[in-house]
Amino acid sequence: MTLTVIIASLAVFSWKMLGYLIPQKWITDGIRAFSERVTVVLLTALVAVQTLVTGNQVEFDARVPALGVAAILFALRVPYIVVVIAAAGTAAGLRLLGF
Amino acid sequence: MKRVLSTSISVGLATGLYGISFGALAAVAGLDLLSIMLLSILMFSGASQFAFIGVLAGGGAPISAITSSWLLGVRNGFYAMRLNSVLSPRGLMKVIAAQLSIDESNGVSAAQSDLKSQRYGFWATGIAVFVFWNLATLLGALAGDFLGSAETWGLDAAAAAAFLGLVWPKLKVNKVLALAAALVAVVGSLFLPAGVPVLLTVLVALVPGRSK
Repeated sequence: MTLTVIIASLAVFSWKMLGYLIPQKWITDGIRAFSERVTVVLLTALVAVQTLVTGNQVEFDARVPALGVAAILFALRVPYIVVVIAAAGTAAGLRLLGF
Repeated sequence: MKRVLSTSISVGLATGLYGISFGALAAVAGLDLLSIMLLSILMFSGASQFAFIGVLAGGGAPISAITSSWLLGVRNGFYAMRLNSVLSPRGLMKVIAAQLSIDESNGVSAAQSDLKSQRYGFWATGIAVFVFWNLATLLGALAGDFLGSAETWGLDAAAAAAFLGLVWPKLKVNKVLALAAALVAVVGSLFLPAGVPVLLTVLVALVPGRSK
């Protein structure tokens, strides 16, 4: 198992390292703008999947109101960690109530 | 800088919340403590780690676990490309920067307006997440049995909120892009294996548009 973990870790690291080994001059303004957009799309996709998807299905459960609470608090400029805890609390509370 | 540091520590603490659930799930999946800790120290990429233990827990072969975590790690390569031009690290620093190039460190860095804060945001967040993620993994692996499921504690919603907070400063100027990405990821999830739909949204980023 330990060997499998080490091989998998090296495989994941290879992507990280590759990004630093590509010569800077290859990275044009277009590529820079693209990697900024990639940051936005990947993070948004993670939010969407983490909130709505279970297995291969879309499910509206306690995660949805929890994310709504998070969005409102972020808009109100509430500190990050407070928002994350509030989101966890909302989901946990709703589940406790059987939602 | 003080504001950036407080964001970095908050992000580190927040990832700690689901680091606990990672440690617990890995222990339930039957991994020994050494393997669990090596995953958080060496692989150090949440999505890849969850995929790794998910495949093994589902009865998948080691090679499937390796491939899944490897494919899910590709986005760190995109982050690394961005971060390389921000940080311009040399020698050993390149290797350390590479290891710390993840959603959170790149997210906080990208959210800053000037170069100095972008660099500071990367290092502060990378180190904070590394420390809290590993402490939390250890805690989760040791205490997993007592905690029960991650859902009970709303840790899945915490993860979603944590990612939302990272992308939040960028949403205003990228509304259409973000909406398209969310749509592709959710629709893709209906018929593609876990992890693939998120990667598919990279195609959405190929459509040229404004970005700040």
